[in-house]
Amino acid sequence: MSVTATGVTDAVPVSVSGRSFREGFSMFRNAKSITGLSILAVFTLLAIFGPLIAPYDPDAIDLLHRNEAPTWGHLLGTTHMGQDILSQIIIGTRGVMIVGFLSGIFATIIAVLVGVTAGYVAGAKSEALSALTNVFLVVPGLPLIIIVASQFEDPSVVLIAAVLAITGWAWGARVLRAQTMSLRNRDFIQAARVNGEPLYRIIAVEMLPNLLAVIASSFVGTVTAAILAQTTLAFVGVTPISNWNWGTILFWAQSNNAFPDKWWWYLPAGLCIALVGVALALVNFGIDEYVNPRLRSAGMRARALRKRGFKPSDSATAVADTRN
Amino acid sequence: MTTLELRNVSKKYRIRGSKEMLALDDVSFTLESGKTIALVGQSGSGKSTIAKIITQLETATSGSVLLDGVPIPRRGRALRAYRQQVRMVFQDPFASLNPYHTIRHHLERPLRLHKVVPAAEIDAEVLRLLERVRLAPDLVERRPHELSGGQRQRVAIARALASRPGLLVADEPVSMLDVSIRLGVLNLLAELQRESNLGVLYITHDLATARHFSDEIMVLNSGVVVERGAADDVILNPQHPYTKQLRDASPNPDVLFAKTKGASRA
Amino acid sequence: MSFFLRRAAFYLFTAWAAITINFFLPRMLKGDPITAYLARNQGKVSPEAIDSLRILFGLDNPKPIWQQYIEYWGSLLHGDLGVSLSKGLAPVTAVIADALPWTLGLVGVSTIISFVIGTGIGTFIGWRRGSRAEAIVPIATFLSTVPYFWLGLIVISVFSTTLRWFPASHAYSKGTVPNFSFEFIGDVIYHSALPAFTIVLTSLGGWVLGMRNMMVTVLDEDYVTVAQAKGLSPFRVMYGYAARNAVLPQLSSFALSLGFIVGGTLIMEMIFSYPGLGLRLFEATLAKDYPLMQGMFLVITLSVLVANILADVVYAIMDPRSRQEAAS
Repeated sequence: MSVTATGVTDAVPVSVSGRSFREGFSMFRNAKSITGLSILAVFTLLAIFGPLIAPYDPDAIDLLHRNEAPTWGHLLGTTHMGQDILSQIIIGTRGVMIVGFLSGIFATIIAVLVGVTAGYVAGAKSEALSALTNVFLVVPGLPLIIIVASQFEDPSVVLIAAVLAITGWAWGARVLRAQTMSLRNRDFIQAARVNGEPLYRIIAVEMLPNLLAVIASSFVGTVTAAILAQTTLAFVGVTPISNWNWGTILFWAQSNNAFPDKWWWYLPAGLCIALVGVALALVNFGIDEYVNPRLRSAGMRARALRKRGFKPSDSATAVADTRN
Repeated sequence: MTTLELRNVSKKYRIRGSKEMLALDDVSFTLESGKTIALVGQSGSGKSTIAKIITQLETATSGSVLLDGVPIPRRGRALRAYRQQVRMVFQDPFASLNPYHTIRHHLERPLRLHKVVPAAEIDAEVLRLLERVRLAPDLVERRPHELSGGQRQRVAIARALASRPGLLVADEPVSMLDVSIRLGVLNLLAELQRESNLGVLYITHDLATARHFSDEIMVLNSGVVVERGAADDVILNPQHPYTKQLRDASPNPDVLFAKTKGASRA
Repeated sequence: MSFFLRRAAFYLFTAWAAITINFFLPRMLKGDPITAYLARNQGKVSPEAIDSLRILFGLDNPKPIWQQYIEYWGSLLHGDLGVSLSKGLAPVTAVIADALPWTLGLVGVSTIISFVIGTGIGTFIGWRRGSRAEAIVPIATFLSTVPYFWLGLIVISVFSTTLRWFPASHAYSKGTVPNFSFEFIGDVIYHSALPAFTIVLTSLGGWVLGMRNMMVTVLDEDYVTVAQAKGLSPFRVMYGYAARNAVLPQLSSFALSLGFIVGGTLIMEMIFSYPGLGLRLFEATLAKDYPLMQGMFLVITLSVLVANILADVVYAIMDPRSRQEAAS
């Protein structure tokens, strides 16, 4: 009896992916993506219904209950002015989610327009777009955002999202250009040209659906970066502190010496940021595994081999020995 | 009656910036409706380049391509009409269909683009096309990865014929299929060619099927046509040394059998 | 050869574009603190300084914009980035030169440590796929998404305020004069422990995950199976065949991340009051010290560009395919 890698693979079911519009979202069907999406769903609900759920007004001052550790009345304790931290977190969710996703949408749209076009057209035009992308890659994001944001008195949510998008689209564009270039030489694209398909249809109808996974991954990455950037900006005090978001909470915490004692003040906000980040990363993993089935089945196959007593990293001769 | 003529067509490719490669050197031939011409040569001989030039995926560096005596149009409505007349079947059935779309999509596109039938009749026409290539109608909603290689190639043929063309370029249509189904697909192509009076350029590296399937054979070696003539003449009585080499390289069961008999006695 | 020429042209264009953006930036920003500053400090600013500021920032400059642009380039090529408004009119180049070594030193070393450890762990996890080592993956994920400033503050409060093991701020003890003695270097290392630790922690996750994914992909390739079938020791296969190929994109990311060192450590330097470029840039922003801001921005941009070039060169040397692909 010979145990080959392929023999074991046949025994372990690996789902075949279908690709209709509905099934296009099968990239989200694995456990990692679902976990990530569920966490995001919770935060989205918080963002939408925040003002209804929050027990107190986040700005409301209550001098009788200052600097209190968590109690039943204030589940996450209070600030130095008696403000309820739980409410601040709940209300703050909206700002974070909106800016994060808006920025992701803007950046992804730009990345798709520039990247896919650069990948499809050849020669000088493509190099020019690639050079443009490079310029935006090279210009350092955070310093630029700080410089630009500090120019405005009261930047709106849309403005902040736009600035973050402008500094963040280049990475996705680069990846999309590479993917489109490899897609372009595939036979089915040539067949579309022989059909006489107009250019816009070749890009929009023939190429784009095959790029969905890459676009989704780039979107998720941009949202993560935007959320981190935005909370950092708020923490540093560059964006106005009148809008509540998790970074603002940490700004106040730091200015009022919450570290290290008043853990209820600074821990939840940071954890929330990390949690959203983890959720987004999980979705990204899910997409990665969908695109690269090797990642998906690698662990399964190795475990299956182990159950049979073989170590997957041993060389073939070792397998022969254990048989004897 | 549609005629496609290549006159002194040459194609140079640029590689690594400075070096040039001559893929085609002064190639001329005429493709007419009702006749099948086989283009035979090994990898790198320039066969696919000819296919790309005819379907305007590439342009010739020099020489001209004429459809019915008129230089082929490069843009606009004239180009659209050209694409309706001249179609192609690609070599790789796994790559020539878009994995994202249904079979219906693949067959509808040429119907819509070239307005072959009024919009209301498109569904019926799609089913008719499938029937012509001997595929079950329930395949319309499937996606390429759900079909076998042979089925995919039949879809590719149906797609090529959807616009009711006069000329078809078949670029090694069966070389990536299982040997057992090759003949079936080739016979289908032959039948469709007869039914629609198509002019077919059958590109292959296989002399045997070239002879079986076509009226005329052209032998291409490193971008130059070294021999041409009626199919039987070229195969049975090759003149050029390269053609002789090709013929000798084809496995002949009688010769092989004689050899093994000799070996086992030794 | 033409491959390198084309890349060189590419980068020259990017450099030119970045410098041009830098030229227009202060001219587009609101307010003109330089004029205000000059107005307040009439007698104290030398005519040369005023001239240089005028060239760099275009304030009440009657010359047409294209001429200003040319003079700007002239200024740059002479190494004149103007004078800092908030640092007592010290030349910007001097301020930057002061701060640069701290940033490069601390962040450079931390990034290298993080890369080496992270890639090593990632290789190991990828090699032992499906085993219990996989549990590290969620930990690494969490680490990579934790906001830096938050982790930094926690690290300070635990290790410095509470345990008093390490100092919480600055690059060296107050009152010490920087010199090259062992004592001073020891002091510097002592002060850099916490910031370095935090940087390594937050960037570790990314390297681990990246390397692991690449290893898993590469280990499925046929050439790895052949190597194993040949009877090579597992370590040899892992190191010589699998990791060697998997590390290529990692190296590329590493070189790129070197570029972001210079600009991206703003937060770290703020929290630890570390006297590097990031902190100076932030102070400059608060003080609206445009010459300094613009000078630092330029330096940061150019370093990222250099790092990009380095990444490309390293990749081209190590992976001969990329040279061919780019040319076609």
